Amino acid sequence: MEIRSHDILLVGGGGAGLRAAIAAAEVNPKLSVAVVSKVYPMRSHTVSAEGGAAGVAKPDDSLDEHAYDTISGGDWMCDQDAVEAFVKEAPLELLQLERWGCPWNREPDGHIAVRAFGGMTNKRTWFAADKTGFHMLHTLFQTTLKYQPITRYDEYFVTKLLVDDGRVQGVVAIEIMSGKIQAITAKAVILCTGGCGRVFPFTTNANIKNGDGMALAQRAGAPLKDMEFVQYHPTGLPFTGILITEAARAEGGYMLNKDGYRYLQDYDLGKPQPTPVLRSMELGPRDRLSQAFVKEDQKGRTIPTEYGPVVHLDLRHLGEKLINAKLPFVRELCVKYQNIDPVTELIPVRPVVHYMMGGVSTDINGATPMAGLYAAGEVACVSINGANRLGSNSLPECLVFGARAGHAAAEFAASQKAPNGSVWTQATNEVLRLEQQYLHKTSGRERIATLREEMQKTIEAGAGIYREEASLKQARQKIQELQERFENVGLDDHGRTFNTELISALELGFMLDVAQSIIECALYRAESRGAHQRTDFPKRDDQKFLAHSLVRRSSDGSLSVDYLPVKITHWPPGERKYGEGSHKASKQTKVS
Amino acid sequence: MADKIVLEIARYAPERDDKPSFQSFEVPLRKEWVVLDALNYIKDKVDGTLTYRWSCRMGICGSCGMMVNGEPKLTCATFLTSYGNNATVRVEPLRYFPVIRDLVTALSDFLVKLQKVKPWLIHPNQPPLSAGEFLQTPEQLDLYKQFSMCINCTLCYAACPVVGLDQEFVGPAALALAQRYNLDNRDQGSAERLATLAHPDGIWGCTFVGECTRVCPKHVDPAGAIQQYKLTAALDWVKSFILPRGHKDAPQETAHD
Repeated sequence: MEIRSHDILLVGGGGAGLRAAIAAAEVNPKLSVAVVSKVYPMRSHTVSAEGGAAGVAKPDDSLDEHAYDTISGGDWMCDQDAVEAFVKEAPLELLQLERWGCPWNREPDGHIAVRAFGGMTNKRTWFAADKTGFHMLHTLFQTTLKYQPITRYDEYFVTKLLVDDGRVQGVVAIEIMSGKIQAITAKAVILCTGGCGRVFPFTTNANIKNGDGMALAQRAGAPLKDMEFVQYHPTGLPFTGILITEAARAEGGYMLNKDGYRYLQDYDLGKPQPTPVLRSMELGPRDRLSQAFVKEDQKGRTIPTEYGPVVHLDLRHLGEKLINAKLPFVRELCVKYQNIDPVTELIPVRPVVHYMMGGVSTDINGATPMAGLYAAGEVACVSINGANRLGSNSLPECLVFGARAGHAAAEFAASQKAPNGSVWTQATNEVLRLEQQYLHKTSGRERIATLREEMQKTIEAGAGIYREEASLKQARQKIQELQERFENVGLDDHGRTFNTELISALELGFMLDVAQSIIECALYRAESRGAHQRTDFPKRDDQKFLAHSLVRRSSDGSLSVDYLPVKITHWPPGERKYGEGSHKASKQTKVS
Repeated sequence: MADKIVLEIARYAPERDDKPSFQSFEVPLRKEWVVLDALNYIKDKVDGTLTYRWSCRMGICGSCGMMVNGEPKLTCATFLTSYGNNATVRVEPLRYFPVIRDLVTALSDFLVKLQKVKPWLIHPNQPPLSAGEFLQTPEQLDLYKQFSMCINCTLCYAACPVVGLDQEFVGPAALALAQRYNLDNRDQGSAERLATLAHPDGIWGCTFVGECTRVCPKHVDPAGAIQQYKLTAALDWVKSFILPRGHKDAPQETAHD
């Protein structure tokens, strides 16, 4: 077996991975930096992000207000030292991207333009029309092309982390094109594989979002943090789950029930005004809006369709000119995929799984508790997102913590010796496992798609927007059964060249692990906070649960959960308030 | 509406086949299904060996380009019903690219061409970040914005007869992206890109067929970019004898207050 070696290895080539790669290459141009990605980097899911990236940019805004919005939006589950670093560095990172050529929207005088976003007190969301993630990713990708020390392993799928003596020393990966399995060793590995939306049946996430990095880390011995906090975005197109960006509401869109009534006024989100009010109504946070949908449905005030109940997003009053200028992708997606024109028609929408607040537990520098292992972006949980992420915080998170992880890993790598020989045996064993379990096995009877669909239905039923002990226990039992049936999975495809069925099987294995972790954490958190709503424990309980869940997997596959206190610096836990006047709180609640 | 539709899909596995052949699959015809949904149905329920790329299924990642009835298309944005009742839909890998397996083509050559045109902002001696952003008015942004919308789906290569005749031709997407940076008032790299672009395999390879622009799912208009650059390049070539370096006024830099 071939072994390749680098100083720093990125797993994943999206926003966080590419930012980390550039950071590492800039810290020390002599370091050998490699990006391993299961897709060409410009296909990464960052590409789908629409609305924008938050970073304080204007004189009427402040870092403290961005911090308060993030912390209250996260229902006080954010680590406040991390949030403070984040809000401080986000504008610089966005500016850096501007210097690399990102086509940010501009004011008439040529300065950066910013827009409003859900849960934010001031306008601070930088945007490139409504294709912000696309432009950020392509800017980053094109910029990496000029860095010679960055080696790319495009379309390589990582199956395992190599660990020796408690230290992560590389990966085993399949070159998808040839089917060749090889070890790639490194002094430090940074996971930037993104989220896990495909665990659920209805998601905005791309087909590649299978929680790979979360499962890889947990199997290697690293804990996952806060996995019970799954964000449902309130406005997905039915059937496809395609996201209609929050920017559509920030620009003035209304949410209407079947009677054409702006129903959010019934859910402590303020009074309806003709134009958008920050932190109010349609500009409330995503968890609250998605929960309001469920209540509205229970009242029989949604519209039934063959793909489940929907409400309407109304942009008609914004006019064609504004929609074309600020929301061209929304219009394109509606016309192409839903066959409706938002200039003249209502957009049917429903909540859709969008983002994982939890992930691989890291410190403020992206370091996990395992030596040599780092994580950044959606795969990681620092945590700046707490129990509910605010829209437009995830893109700058990729940049800020991608850069931090890149720097930290580069410094760590400089003091490490090359990986030792024992990883060779592990890599050889991994090759045998892949061959015996998948490629050479002809006795498997379970179909990948069947298991995947059952998993998705199970987790939605058991751990959806609202959960309870009984539903969670049932889901836990069912996923355990699916894990056992997965042992008997069979492939049609035993070829080596571009075997996408093998990749799907490995991804399903990762997703089952992630599903178990989500359910386990949700079961033990006997309170309601942010995106985690327990009908049997409807109140937040700071006495017991102002703490991050840490879920570990032991070698026999069993899970254990313990807790880590939330770091509070200047913003003691308070009540989340939205609606008119709620923005004043952001200036008043800081204590020194 | 009929309730079934037949897909004729190009199959090729290098370990097994000497050359590609077609295999027919009957799939349900649903009004909301795109070609990609039909491929996923086959892979999930009928034949797990069917091989193709896809990811975002919202027309932005650029993975799922294929020939559909002879036209380069993003299969996530191509409805089955647009091919009429009882029709057969033929799905093949993108034309002019080496085929790895079934509907998967090799992208490595495109990436070499992309890197060759230096598609990054070239601006030596930038002021520190604390000096704030480069200014760029909405009008200046509009000059290049369209060319920045390329998703690298390579449909334009599959549509371009010049690519078919000359594999060295840099091609529509890469040329459009070069022009995207050349037209950006923050960039000073047009001189560095000139050698690659003003080469017989660069813009001068293009015979202005315009197929690239017609098939582009993002309305990038590579043909327009190339024609525009032909004019600039001709002028620059003349200027290069007169001026020692640089072709564009340095962009305005102002501190962000």
